[in-house]
Amino acid sequence: MKNVIFAGVGGQGVILASKILMEVAMNAGYDVKESEVHGMAQRGGSVDCNVRYGEKVHSPLIPRAGADYIVSLELLETMRKMEYLAPEGTLIVNREKVDPAPVQTGAMQYPADIEEWVKEHVPGSVFLDTAGALKEAGSKKALNIVMLGVLSNYLEFTEEQWAAGIRSLVKEKFVDMNIKAFTLGRGLKA
Amino acid sequence: MEKKVLLGNEAIARGAYEAGCHVATAYPGTPSTEILETIARDYRNIKAQWSPNEKVALEVAAGASVAGARSMAAMKHVGLNVAADPLFTFSYTGVNGALVIINADDPQAWSSQNEQDNRWLARAAKLPMIEPSDPQECKAFTKLAFDLSEEYDRPVIVRITTRIAHSQGIVEIQDRKEVPVKPFVRNPQKYVMLPVHARPRHVFIEQQLLKLKEYSETSGINRIEWGNKKRGIITDSVAYQYVKETCPDDSVLKIGMVWPMPDAMIREFAAGVESLYVVEELDPFIEDYVKALGFPCTGKEIIPLCFELTPDIVDQALNGRGHASPYPKYESNPIPPRPPALCKGCPHSFVFNVLKKLDLNINGDIGCYTLGALPPYSAMHSQGCMGASIGMHLGFEKAHGPEMARKSVAVIGDSTFVHSGITPLIDLVYNRGTGTVLILDNRGTAMTGHQDHPATGVTLMGEQTHELDIAALARAVGVKRVVTADPAKVEEFERIVREEVAAEEPSVIVSLRKCILKK
Repeated sequence: MKNVIFAGVGGQGVILASKILMEVAMNAGYDVKESEVHGMAQRGGSVDCNVRYGEKVHSPLIPRAGADYIVSLELLETMRKMEYLAPEGTLIVNREKVDPAPVQTGAMQYPADIEEWVKEHVPGSVFLDTAGALKEAGSKKALNIVMLGVLSNYLEFTEEQWAAGIRSLVKEKFVDMNIKAFTLGRGLKA
Repeated sequence: MEKKVLLGNEAIARGAYEAGCHVATAYPGTPSTEILETIARDYRNIKAQWSPNEKVALEVAAGASVAGARSMAAMKHVGLNVAADPLFTFSYTGVNGALVIINADDPQAWSSQNEQDNRWLARAAKLPMIEPSDPQECKAFTKLAFDLSEEYDRPVIVRITTRIAHSQGIVEIQDRKEVPVKPFVRNPQKYVMLPVHARPRHVFIEQQLLKLKEYSETSGINRIEWGNKKRGIITDSVAYQYVKETCPDDSVLKIGMVWPMPDAMIREFAAGVESLYVVEELDPFIEDYVKALGFPCTGKEIIPLCFELTPDIVDQALNGRGHASPYPKYESNPIPPRPPALCKGCPHSFVFNVLKKLDLNINGDIGCYTLGALPPYSAMHSQGCMGASIGMHLGFEKAHGPEMARKSVAVIGDSTFVHSGITPLIDLVYNRGTGTVLILDNRGTAMTGHQDHPATGVTLMGEQTHELDIAALARAVGVKRVVTADPAKVEEFERIVREEVAAEEPSVIVSLRKCILKK
């Protein structure tokens, strides 16, 4: 079974990214389950999705130290999910920062040493600058799909399978842009 | 067969569609909201509606059922409290067309004021309750509920939890079964609950429960999955999935119908294993029942009573396996939280700035504006359930006299006011209160995602309809001082609040400004 956590903040498209992964995994013949948080947590809050696929999936939740991949669309959100990373698991992190309310008001500071700390303790972690890819794709909203493209390098599915997943879940007029964003993400180097 | 990845709530909507549901009603409430939104979006041959509150939603669905339609009402757990009055008596009348109630509990109180366990309500109301454990079962059990309802003449409750409602999984898609609406047949002995009619109906529903117990035993909705006989685990809802994942070799009794319970099956299971466990979220509902049947078992000694279960908790409790992270803990800096907060430019933020400045006692209510209780406003001092702000505000005045009303207000949103605020406003006038009620009208049910309601003038299906005039309604119940103001005009708004709170008669301020997230 493969376990993937997508983490981010409200509005970054975490749920769509996980839906596309689920679609791709289902079409490849796997059982798939996912769990997400709605409601109060969405008012400017952290959002995360647990996606699991394999022969047979029971729990929609990934246990602690059970995630093979954590894809974090925001730097700080990585730290909230660290305890879920499996031994030998891979962190894929967008370097972008979105200040939480206590940082905006000056009550707290955005920790400055996250990347340094993670690189020291989690070898093989991938940190990415996505601004260039987003500019080339033509929309900042495609961050979720760019990150999905990065993740795709680690999973078994083909580019055709991913494109089919995107096509079935993204509005028609945005399909080309999103497939471009995916391809850019797939080619992005840390 | 076509397969789709669906959210639990979407799967319930699909199940209702496939079952030939004709009428579906609800009041929005996390984690149940997407059920009716999905129906209105994807299955438009079902007549779907937001009702002003859950009581009305259930009554409309019950009316449709008695008149012959397959009907469904969906609500969150505390919504079923509001609808408890019709629930307990429509249990007596039973159905004509099916009546299915979707009840969404919220262990962990992710988006709720409490974590009540509504399995007790099924038992108390003498209604069958079935519990899906994943999206595929959400669809299958919802369909089944329609058939059971008609076969046994019972409203049927489908209980889900947040983790079922908001999990996705693969669901097999089937066609809709077209079921004609039955004729309405007048039958006052069944549908008019005079005491003389109610007494024989009570006997009837006890008989139906015995028949349903037989169903619970034999239909396969509850099932024993024999494994290792050393340990047997009785479990329901999403806890079943955690047990299957963490204890794959043990024997499991999966409870799909939690009321009425399958006594003979529990006896067989208990007799067949060396030690018996019950794994369930929240209250020891199944555990108490099993113990009352005479079988010692381990449950709440090791499974927490409070909050949601996780696979980690179950694995730790049953197998002693911790899931410690192999990585050190990041401790060099505190990680700033992202607490839920009012958005930048939120109309409520203007209101709470003024109320905070005036240092008033604030009786609050349920909605985004409950966040006014948190910093930087810290401007809410009581809040309990939908509509409570106005009644509590009058209670403050009854406790301390009219001078208390000179330093207090009630704060309630537009949707919550329509839901449960009108009756207490009538009470405030009737019982000679002098307090001020602020109705924060942001033109929708914002917290759950901007659903329409009677005061927006649009229905769930997107039709234009009469727009309830909140200010006129306040005048009609006898409030003479009614003023509508824009909270973003801060100075004027503050002046109005000062004046109305000082006035020695009831007043209503409609704070009118659209939610900034609403298109």
